[in-house]
Amino acid sequence: MTDEILKVEHLNKFYGDWQALHDISFGIKKGEVVTLLGPSGSGKSTLIRTLNGLEEFKDGAIYFQGQKVTPDPKTWQALRQKIGMVFQSYDLFPNLTVMDNILLAPVKVQGRDKEDVRKDALELLDRVELRDHADSYPRQLSGGQKQRIAIVRALAMHPELMLFDEVTASLDPEMVRGVLKIIKELSDRDNMTMIIVTHEMNFAAKIADKVLFLENGKILEETPGKEFFDHPQTARAAEFLNSMDF
Amino acid sequence: MAHSGINVLFEGTNFARLMGGLWTAVWIAGLSLIFGLILGTILGMLRTLKNRVIRFILLLYLEFFRIVPTVVLLFLVYYILPRQFNVNWPAAWMAVLAFTLWVAAEFSDIVRGALESVPEHQRESGLALGLSQWQLFRYVLLPQALQLELPATINLATRVIKTTSLLLMISIMDIINVGQQIIEANNQNYPTGVFWVYGLIFILYFIIDYPLARWAKHLTAKQKD
Repeated sequence: MTDEILKVEHLNKFYGDWQALHDISFGIKKGEVVTLLGPSGSGKSTLIRTLNGLEEFKDGAIYFQGQKVTPDPKTWQALRQKIGMVFQSYDLFPNLTVMDNILLAPVKVQGRDKEDVRKDALELLDRVELRDHADSYPRQLSGGQKQRIAIVRALAMHPELMLFDEVTASLDPEMVRGVLKIIKELSDRDNMTMIIVTHEMNFAAKIADKVLFLENGKILEETPGKEFFDHPQTARAAEFLNSMDF
Repeated sequence: MAHSGINVLFEGTNFARLMGGLWTAVWIAGLSLIFGLILGTILGMLRTLKNRVIRFILLLYLEFFRIVPTVVLLFLVYYILPRQFNVNWPAAWMAVLAFTLWVAAEFSDIVRGALESVPEHQRESGLALGLSQWQLFRYVLLPQALQLELPATINLATRVIKTTSLLLMISIMDIINVGQQIIEANNQNYPTGVFWVYGLIFILYFIIDYPLARWAKHLTAKQKD
């Protein structure tokens, strides 16, 4: 077994007759950061959602830590404990306090000791500078704060892999920075393996070990991070980068 | 004041009997609501599942209880269960059964609606955390649905309380039945008894239902903010 955490082979996905993903293949090693870039509707979000079973796929295969994933609800439910995901919409549970949001899955799903997880959670909250808000309800927080909590909530599960699906897309510009800083720190300090869908090109350029550039559900190029931003291999990617003019 | 009609209410044990009748109506309504809300919650959850057969059967169940008048339901359980199935419960328990099934049907639709109006990304973020279907319902969806469905639930409760006035149809000594007996027994001495007895019954139902109606209205207004 290599240190490859996730491998995707010849993945095809359809919505009815329309093919959303074409023959997707790529891998990600432990500690690596892969960003998915491309115009809207290129299939980035669909792809990342397929990686933890929120979307079904027609054929092809996904391997997690060398094991082929059988795409049934039970397998996915177990795997999701190792694959954390944060979404665009701040999706904290409004009926629970910040602390209970964080405790829910580790305690109920993983059966860990509540006090241990609480200690864990407080440390994580310290890191995102929100320890004082442990007993607040989500509605009392700003968008950026909610998104930072959502990241903490996913991290409390001790995932092996984190998926970020446009996590800053609906934040006010001034909030974006704080969230991106946390993700960058996760990579630098914790060596977290991550797959990131983003429109923040500056951020992607800083963090990506590898870029997958998608259009119309196909991977047009797979290029090491720095190289992609300096010398994209395809004309389409160059055009895309120019249009983003960062 | 020798012949003021209002005295019919205090003749002998009349007042106590009326209150006893009210209590009968209240406990039948209360128990039916408790059982019906529990059953309705389960049915409502099942109706949000993908299984078409289950959904179809539960939809039939809902439509049946929605279309058939409640008095017919009462007759069905009161006359058919003992004769065809040899179930010989007291009438009050038959009424609880009929009302429970009715409440469960109505409430299942309220629960389904509330569950479906919890945003999809709440469900997804729960799944992404590894919650099972049941845990998702228990910790995420139901608590949020509960808040959405509370006004409709209170309205349902007021309807159930009002509908207890049909209990006399299956010879249960509820407040209406007791009232009628008092009126008939005192017709000679108190020709205006009808007015006073039904007047009191009106006031009692009003005292129970009006606060509930106000509460539901208040909650609805609050949700609109």
